[in-house]
Amino acid sequence: MNDQSMTIQGKDRYRSGVMEYRRMGYWEPDYQPKDTDIIALFRVTPQDGVDPIEACSAVAGESSTATWTVVWTDRLTAAEKYRAKCYRVDPVPNSPGSYFAYIAYDLDLFEPGSIANLTASIIGNVFGFKPLKALRLEDMRLPVAYVKTFQGPATGIVVERERLDKFGRPLLGATVKPKLGLSGRNYGRVVYEALKGGLDFTKDDENINSQPFMHWRERFLYCMEAVNRAQSATGELKGTYLNVTAATMEDMYERAEFARELGSVIVMIDLVIGYTAIQSMAKWARRNDMILHLHRAGHSTYTRQRNHGVSFRVIAKWMRLAGVDHIHAGTVVGKLEGDPNTTRGYYDICREDINPTRLEHGVFFDQHWASLNKMMPVASGGIHAGQMHQLVDLLGEDVVLQFGGGTIGHPRGIQAGAIANRVALEAMILARNEGRDYVHEGPEILAKAAQSCTPLREALEVWKDVTFNYESTDAPDYVPTPSVAA
Amino acid sequence: MRITQGCFSFLPDLTDEQISAQVQYCLEKGWAVNIEFTDDPHPRNTYWEMWGLPMFDLRDAAGIMKELADCRRVYGDRYIRLSGFDSSHGWESVRISFIVNRPKEEPGFRLDRQEAAGRNVRYSTHAHAATRPEGERYG
Repeated sequence: MNDQSMTIQGKDRYRSGVMEYRRMGYWEPDYQPKDTDIIALFRVTPQDGVDPIEACSAVAGESSTATWTVVWTDRLTAAEKYRAKCYRVDPVPNSPGSYFAYIAYDLDLFEPGSIANLTASIIGNVFGFKPLKALRLEDMRLPVAYVKTFQGPATGIVVERERLDKFGRPLLGATVKPKLGLSGRNYGRVVYEALKGGLDFTKDDENINSQPFMHWRERFLYCMEAVNRAQSATGELKGTYLNVTAATMEDMYERAEFARELGSVIVMIDLVIGYTAIQSMAKWARRNDMILHLHRAGHSTYTRQRNHGVSFRVIAKWMRLAGVDHIHAGTVVGKLEGDPNTTRGYYDICREDINPTRLEHGVFFDQHWASLNKMMPVASGGIHAGQMHQLVDLLGEDVVLQFGGGTIGHPRGIQAGAIANRVALEAMILARNEGRDYVHEGPEILAKAAQSCTPLREALEVWKDVTFNYESTDAPDYVPTPSVAA
Repeated sequence: MRITQGCFSFLPDLTDEQISAQVQYCLEKGWAVNIEFTDDPHPRNTYWEMWGLPMFDLRDAAGIMKELADCRRVYGDRYIRLSGFDSSHGWESVRISFIVNRPKEEPGFRLDRQEAAGRNVRYSTHAHAATRPEGERYG
């Protein structure tokens, strides 16, 4: 279907009236994308009877210069340069009626260093365009020339590890539960127990801000007492992600500054605060030596369904540009959506300097990050110590493993839960480094470690049968979906 | 108390055989192994004393195990850690770090609180051992 251009040339192009997008210069199958072009890959599902090339050209048009009719004022500009160009359309495998549209955008279309500006074009009006049944932004190629206009992660994986003096193993965290209702004093108790037990981090949940049961200053003060107590009890640096999400930037800065004043090494924000607020907080974090944790609250409203919305791999790319240090990126084996191959693609986007094209992981472009700092992926939701071999295998070493229920739900208390997780992790890393086949021998390695660790033995017993095996809603299009055995 | 810095502090103390396997893992990754010791285990004491230079060109863990034995003979009453340093682009830092020797007794830390304005508290952590002069802190 990628044959010739249909672009009308000369003055006929600007005759008043309505013209098909594919004739206006938004369909250019001979176009060779420049190294400096931003490229977007959309999954386009046209309404019945709409020609796919026309639909894809319309996406290019509506996300760049076009309006519904020809305008003579185009002739006052270098219009050919500013038109986004759809240069390739492929049918989506095993998905009749949907098409992958590759669209190239000139770098001059975008303000340097602004996610808000990028997204206003790429996911602006176009997602409501009537001739389309559905539209999904699958992936983007961000040219180095554009990447270099962003700060990137305020701290990055390497410096985070250096600051915390933690190397060679995944970091361990837990979200304080119950997520709502604890007073500041009780909340700090959970933080202290978990950190003293052996976790590196505890975490506010996404909807803990400043409510009647616990205003934010109470939480911050008690949490920092807990962090410092745990540090002096273990001789190890600890952190708690103080959620500074609030109604206004002024409120967020106030909370972040209080966290800094109290000596916290990390603060947290939610994705729902918006791209501009995230970039502001990333700059604040860089200026204040603070690690910035992002909870991806809200993302599933637009990332989960394969036919419409924005893939999480694109959100991960935007967040790496925007400059957060931690991002929730899935667990594969836990309670939340996460196909193993798709999740692998997200992790690579967070952590690698170069992402080669890997269709089987849903990665459609070679992406060079030009030494932008790396983001630490966070695995959270329904994971427990008995899965440690799978977690290390699937998620690697540079990740925060968050065991909320898997710490706080331990039958002998929070410290016991934390000890179980830490012992399981260290035993698995030791075995992996010794060259053992830890994925297959995982249960034995854990059982052996549990011989000298009662809390681990109890954890393995309580959660031995817990798995979340459901079919993924967002598997890559280019491979069959393997299921994860627990 | 037992300080829990490093990769394997929650496991029983590693045997020399286990340490050697971790060293071999580092060498196979192309990392330089470094031996450091201290009698000030404050969690923000970044710069432990180096036992010689990081061993950049070794192939066999035995060489490092010999250096570790020598270090233990001199500083066996202190904390000793091994670290693997990765010089590849994009990392250029420590990849793994773990304690291989501890003082017989670890007296731990004192947490001082200085009450400040409002309900603020300024915290500081002191290693009990560090109240004595360097070299006289353990044993």
